[in-house]
Amino acid sequence: MKKRAVRKPAAKTAPRAKSAYTDFMIQAYHMEADAAERYGEFADQMEVHNNPEVAKLFRKLARVEDLHAKEIMKRMGWSTPPAQATSWLWRGTDAPESAPVTELHYLMKPFHALELALRSEERAAAFFRNMTRSVAPAEVRRVAAQMAKEEREHIRLIKAWMTKVEKPEPGWDRDLDPPNYSE
Amino acid sequence: MSAQTQSVAIAPQLFKSDVKPVWCPGCGDYTVLSSITKALASLGLRPENVAVVSGIGCSSRIPAYTTCYGFHGVHGRALPTATGLKIARPELTVIAAGGDGDGYSIGGNHFLHACRRNVDLTYIVMDNRVYGMTKGQPSPTTEPDWESSKLSPHGTGLREFHPLVIALASGANFIARAFSGDPNGTADLIAQAVRHPGFSFIEVLSPCVTFRPEQRAWKEAARPAPVAPTDDPARAARRLMTDDGFNIGVLYAGHRKPFHPPVAKEPKRVAELEREFAL
Repeated sequence: MKKRAVRKPAAKTAPRAKSAYTDFMIQAYHMEADAAERYGEFADQMEVHNNPEVAKLFRKLARVEDLHAKEIMKRMGWSTPPAQATSWLWRGTDAPESAPVTELHYLMKPFHALELALRSEERAAAFFRNMTRSVAPAEVRRVAAQMAKEEREHIRLIKAWMTKVEKPEPGWDRDLDPPNYSE
Repeated sequence: MSAQTQSVAIAPQLFKSDVKPVWCPGCGDYTVLSSITKALASLGLRPENVAVVSGIGCSSRIPAYTTCYGFHGVHGRALPTATGLKIARPELTVIAAGGDGDGYSIGGNHFLHACRRNVDLTYIVMDNRVYGMTKGQPSPTTEPDWESSKLSPHGTGLREFHPLVIALASGANFIARAFSGDPNGTADLIAQAVRHPGFSFIEVLSPCVTFRPEQRAWKEAARPAPVAPTDDPARAARRLMTDDGFNIGVLYAGHRKPFHPPVAKEPKRVAELEREFAL
């Protein structure tokens, strides 16, 4: 008779939970780092297209997101950024906190940039809130709740910031010599 | 993938040059650039192990924006240049890149034969279904009823070129579709393409917000392909012939042996080459 393989008892510690936590923090790190990179690219685009006011604002947002990424590294005791995750929690789309590339306009105003940032923070808050309601291990849900709270604070700050900048007038995107003029 | 890999983590930024892209704000090509740098970093490559070769067009400016070896070549001729480079320097990871006009129209014949030759390189086409650099003329992949160009005010009335089907029929060993609105997914597909032996072809849906602003809606249409990759060309053909152009992922991964002619151990002297070309 074939001997049945003896299954080893489960480890007392919870390596799966620990690994899920680390994986989640890697993804959270990349979410912030991707957002920082995206705002940096937006700043470059605005500089190239002679919109220095919005470029400056995007540069500032990039610095803020970069700080958030570094805070995660510090919290995790990482001396170098982690490698890319093997499987992303946001499969098929942009990272939740990254503003969509296609929403940019070369004549956009600071208010539009803040609108983009607000929507990005809202997506990030929703992402972390959904994690708190998921079947993820308790440690992941606990840290997701903390991060959702932080994102809500960012939403509040951006809304306050938006009250201090001028709302664009209708026709802000009018260009008498548009780049897509073809004759 | 033939170049040396490194054991230490490499930052994607290492692959970005100091040259700022001059693409229109909102162009999908920005995230394709970011995906290429992420893919190369995840593969553990170094910029000096990689060559990025292109033709002409908005997306073909990409070599200048990387720190890899770059060759911004002649219109439609990215693939012959990349093929020659890979044959002569097999240790390099060679990426050819460009747009739909450059790759499927001006370079259309090279595309067929690059697939057929199956040299171990990766071809990334940023497809926005328009000639953007020359101000918005229809390209081979433009829909027949697109009427916004003054060159074809009633649409071209021509059936679109189907690059993935053509690639499969011509012998490409790896075929994938990506979407620039999913940079991490695109990076993963590029890394898989580079790893896969032979000619790997990735079509990246990359919106042109200046001449095709309606392509912003692609983010609602693009979704992960609901099927696993296949190595069966007949099954792949059925999938590619029937899909709507928005299934994202690896759609075919074959097993054809890459073509690589023997390379002389010692390079020929210039005088010797001159004699070969003398009439």
